[in-house]
Amino acid sequence: MSHPSGLRVAARLEVQESLRARWFFLYAAVFFGLMLLLAFTGISESRVLGFTGLSRLLVTYIQITMAVLPLFILVTTARSLVGDREVGNLEYMLAFPMRLGHWYWGKFLGRLILIVVPVLAALAFAVVYGELRGHDVPWMQVSLYAGLVCALAACFLGLGFFLSSLARSTEVSLGSSLVIWLLLVALLDLLLLSILIRSQFDPAFIVGIALANPLQTFRTASMILFDPQLILLGPASYIILDRFGVPGYVVWALVYPSVLGVVAAAAGFWRFRSTDLV
Amino acid sequence: MIEIRNLTKRFDGRAVLDALSLRIAAQDRIALVGSNGAGKTTLFRCLLGHYGYDGEIIIDGASARRREPALLAQVAFVPQLPPPLRMPVGELLRFAHETTGAERAVMEGMAAKLGIDLDAVARQPFYRLSGGQKQKILVTVALAREAKLLIFDEPSANLDPAARGAFIELLAARQDCAMLIASHRLEEVAPLVNRVVELDRGKVVLDDAVADRLSAGEQHACMVVLREMHEPMARAFLSWGLTARGDLTFTGQVPAAESFRFLSMLSRYAGLVEKFSMDVESHRRKGH
Repeated sequence: MSHPSGLRVAARLEVQESLRARWFFLYAAVFFGLMLLLAFTGISESRVLGFTGLSRLLVTYIQITMAVLPLFILVTTARSLVGDREVGNLEYMLAFPMRLGHWYWGKFLGRLILIVVPVLAALAFAVVYGELRGHDVPWMQVSLYAGLVCALAACFLGLGFFLSSLARSTEVSLGSSLVIWLLLVALLDLLLLSILIRSQFDPAFIVGIALANPLQTFRTASMILFDPQLILLGPASYIILDRFGVPGYVVWALVYPSVLGVVAAAAGFWRFRSTDLV
Repeated sequence: MIEIRNLTKRFDGRAVLDALSLRIAAQDRIALVGSNGAGKTTLFRCLLGHYGYDGEIIIDGASARRREPALLAQVAFVPQLPPPLRMPVGELLRFAHETTGAERAVMEGMAAKLGIDLDAVARQPFYRLSGGQKQKILVTVALAREAKLLIFDEPSANLDPAARGAFIELLAARQDCAMLIASHRLEEVAPLVNRVVELDRGKVVLDDAVADRLSAGEQHACMVVLREMHEPMARAFLSWGLTARGDLTFTGQVPAAESFRFLSMLSRYAGLVEKFSMDVESHRRKGH
């Protein structure tokens, strides 16, 4: 009888493990429930800044997602490896003849699937809901948001794996996760960036920060379909649009966070492999 | 089969294993003894590739610098403390089958001998089982594997007496592999082993090849004087072939290979022993 690959086994174990854990159900309830809440409170019937119908519903949902999704991922993932190490699960599981890479990346893939499924299901629900309500379905927007959610999930999952590989205790891992999340939130256009702009910092420096911050990238890309001039961003938008253009920026927003996440996870794997495993 | 050369492992500059060297042959059954912190668990973790280290571990002629799945396929391991795995027992058995080829039917047979019904606990989360049940599952998984080396870290600590007996029998039946058993219950593993290796501060301080001396037929002259008569103890002495000299004195010969087990038995009645001697040197001289 042939056995499944180690990667598949590890991914399956991670999915099953997460399905048994309370965090996943809380997470799924929050993100799917949020869409239900927004849909049934009639937000699609309201109009704000020209947004109405399903677009309004999706924009509101994705903005809230941007704030909560990374925190959820970081907090639950940061404990993953280091927690298993602390309680002795790693010592036993890694005594089985499975490739370390299969074990690590299988966990990564399994968790990525679990993280994106509830959000994608919520987007699918919004489409069905819109169709039933007679709204036009903005397929481009739905596709972009699905891609952005996947990219954001990969990014913060990679960061979470990196931190969990690096830390020797759950407390350190959790604490550093929160610091990183707060730093990225602080560097959003609403907070630190606006202060930097008012303080007349070099625009290229500010735009550099905005492009490097996956939260800002997500936020800007989520608005770019409706605000192609990026009026919401103010003067910094000229540099972004001059350098990228709208399609170029969308590609950046999809590719950069994904690559950042995979690189962070790979750095975590290198660290994990090259130090004592337990 | 395994050669360990100058194995050194440091934590914060302190050597937990200090240039440890040991050779384990294919059929060796080693009781690894030593006080807490002697380096037993660290040695196991180095063998499993969990720790980086200085020195060399050579398995079947190949240097095992770090964790190698091909080498781990030959090693079955039972940790000192069962891990709090949340997966159901059935999932753990499936994982063991998929990664090691251990057959479910074989595991069921092993488990039955240890007194646990795998079907009955298959859906239960592993961490919710009792300490004894967890240990039985881990031992089952390890013994069902076609491993060349079994590593057990205090394997019978949580087992009830019946399961402990069954466990010893299962180990005794495995003649196809080497064993490295860390145990504080030396009287239990003594009949199983052909070597006793003692670690102290990360070094081998005793490597007692029991089998060699057994084949030489070495005997120890032994004398025990009791404080007061105790029937069970007297029966135990007679069963060992000792002869009663008066009411409270027993003398006779104890096979050198069994001295470990004899001392373990004697330690149970330590409070009743007035005087004890075991003459090693005189009989070694006679033997030669």
